[in-house]
Amino acid sequence: MSAVSPATPVYNWAAIDNDPRFQSLHSKKVAFLTSLMVFSLVYYFLLPIGAAYFTDIYRIKVYGVVNVGILFALSQFLVAWGIAFYYTAKAKNFDIMAAELVREADKIGAKIGAKK
Amino acid sequence: MKNVKNKIWLALIACVLPFVAQPAFAQGAVADKWKWLTFLVFGAIIALTMYVTYLAAKRVKTVSDFYAAGGGVSGLQNGWAIAGDYLSAASFLGIAGLISLYGYDGFMYSVGWLVAYITVLLVIAEPCRNIGKYTLSDILAYRNDPKKARIVGALSTITVSTFYLTAQMVGAGVLIKTLIGIDYEVSVMTVGVLMLAYVLFGGMVATTWVQIIKAILLVCASILMVILVWSQYGFLGDFLGSVVADPKVQARVAALIGDKATNLSAQQLGQIFLEPGLFLKVPLDQISLGMALVFGTAGMPHILMRFFTVPTAQAARTSVNWAMAIIGGFYVLTLFLGMGSAMKVGPAAIAAIDAGGNMANPLLAQSLGGGPDSLFGNLFMAFVAAVAFATIVAVVAGLVLAAASAMAHDLYVGVIREEHVTQQEQVRAARVATILVGAMAIVIGISAKGQNVAHLVALAFAVASSANFPCVLMTLFWRRCNTGGIVLGMVVGTLVAIGLVMVSPNLTYPKAIKEAAQKVIDGTPARMAPITEALASGDAAKVAKAEKDKAALDRAVAAAKANIEKFKNDNTSIMGLEKPWFELRNPGLISIPLGFLAVILGSLLYRDKRADDMWDELYVRQTTGILAAKAQVH
Repeated sequence: MSAVSPATPVYNWAAIDNDPRFQSLHSKKVAFLTSLMVFSLVYYFLLPIGAAYFTDIYRIKVYGVVNVGILFALSQFLVAWGIAFYYTAKAKNFDIMAAELVREADKIGAKIGAKK
Repeated sequence: MKNVKNKIWLALIACVLPFVAQPAFAQGAVADKWKWLTFLVFGAIIALTMYVTYLAAKRVKTVSDFYAAGGGVSGLQNGWAIAGDYLSAASFLGIAGLISLYGYDGFMYSVGWLVAYITVLLVIAEPCRNIGKYTLSDILAYRNDPKKARIVGALSTITVSTFYLTAQMVGAGVLIKTLIGIDYEVSVMTVGVLMLAYVLFGGMVATTWVQIIKAILLVCASILMVILVWSQYGFLGDFLGSVVADPKVQARVAALIGDKATNLSAQQLGQIFLEPGLFLKVPLDQISLGMALVFGTAGMPHILMRFFTVPTAQAARTSVNWAMAIIGGFYVLTLFLGMGSAMKVGPAAIAAIDAGGNMANPLLAQSLGGGPDSLFGNLFMAFVAAVAFATIVAVVAGLVLAAASAMAHDLYVGVIREEHVTQQEQVRAARVATILVGAMAIVIGISAKGQNVAHLVALAFAVASSANFPCVLMTLFWRRCNTGGIVLGMVVGTLVAIGLVMVSPNLTYPKAIKEAAQKVIDGTPARMAPITEALASGDAAKVAKAEKDKAALDRAVAAAKANIEKFKNDNTSIMGLEKPWFELRNPGLISIPLGFLAVILGSLLYRDKRADDMWDELYVRQTTGILAAKAQVH
């Protein structure tokens, strides 16, 4: 496996990790992923929790026989797709930041001076 | 080598042919008169997948071809393949059945299966594509001690896959028997031999295409049925209005809620079908199941493996997006399929053939096509039944490949041979492992006949969410994570999940069954009194109803007596318990936090210089995708 073999380190990983551009990519990405993940979990778990403890709200009819429960369940699909769409749009920015790092990765170690 | 391959081909075809040509008939949902039609459609689908496998077999030369289709699958193709890998018979038949019998609760149940992919999209797919190669253990072995990581990763992969595989095999046997009446053993053998052929010869290439074909068939069949349903019952609001106004639906609700139904109007009864509470009674269990789905899917080895078949992280992202569109769209259609069959066929008729509602979709197809005596109705039903069959085979193939790769790539090549293996030896090891896993699946499938396997799916998701998911996530995102953490996490997550399921209500508890049966028998005189009275009344309508009630009561008593007889010498579950010790069917609520806790504690208590040294490399690579393309050429 290439990852384990000692022949691979052309890059100075520690230097890349410490590079401000990588740090900015990393912190933006983690913050974005965490908030989106938490939002999606909260929104999803509201459905079974609501069905169990707020059944009366689910019964309220909105249009004809269509009630809040049906609309909320259907909204789960739209929200899930929306999250995927939003993530994909945002991820393009991360791709651009990452591509810049990848292009210059071999230089980053050299600037600071290889430790190994 | 070529000659041997051809011989194996012939032997396999010889194995399958007799099953297709001379099916062992019994009673099934498809009438005897129309069975030839079902076999024709089955045969056509099998022939198509076999042809694809034949083409794929020529392309499988390297290890990377076998495990990861050479990394040459596109995002769109992989999206369809993920949908094909994921939408099991439980989704196609089971969820539509639940909706047809319980309305809203069945639909709510389906939501978690889609939301699960948000976890996959956000934190699993791209990092895994960036640093992984063929298996889940490849990710764990990247920075942790490779041998230890491979051993625990492979064991948990094999555990999860075997649970899921057994549930699928038993499900396949029961399902095919219910559908067309082929003997259980023959069905299991056919499924086993077919998936062996796909994986053995075509590796991931054939598996991918079988999954794509199956997903397309599934989606087409569903869309066609939904259009026909809409044309009869109206669209969206009108459709739901038809559901509420349907007398069969109203009768079902009345039967489910019992005494509470007396003061309600027909319209009110129908409305309850669109409200929560008919099926899912334990809220904590619902939340626990949701957790297992949302975190377990991301830890399923056969799903993870799919991300190694695409060339880049961007393609992995595209594939999850497509998969979410297909899977989500399918579950939305399921609402109309389930409620459509509740109106068209009726919950009582669906439950009469299979208590779990699994026959809702095939019966709906038959009915939409013109009924049980029409050619088109039976052709449509045969098509839906064949799609269900293709569904099982495609899912099983993915599972076998995952288990075989853990055995061959992780245990044999990684641990036993310490990576000193040629390409050819690796491919051979993969094929030998495939045969082993396939044979094991057939043997377990046959020996588990008649067993209660519902807990096995819960178990598979429980272990994947409590052991695999915490270990993969922490390895990818937590600097301090190390070998100690993933070993402890895998062990604790797996054992707690299995332990809790073994003492949960999923198992059979003879004492409780006998007590319930005794209650039925004791209650008979009281229930018999009004029936006798009605029979004596002389009113024709009352007598007819009373006769029906009497027949139902007789059946219930006979079933109760049979249960008491069946468990005559038994009082406890296989774990020696008289009643469940843990009240939830899904252990996720407890076992997932414990799994994470174990990874954290294990990491903090263990010193591992390599995991620490490799962090920068792993983290930079998983975030940026640098070197990912090179890893796959290797």
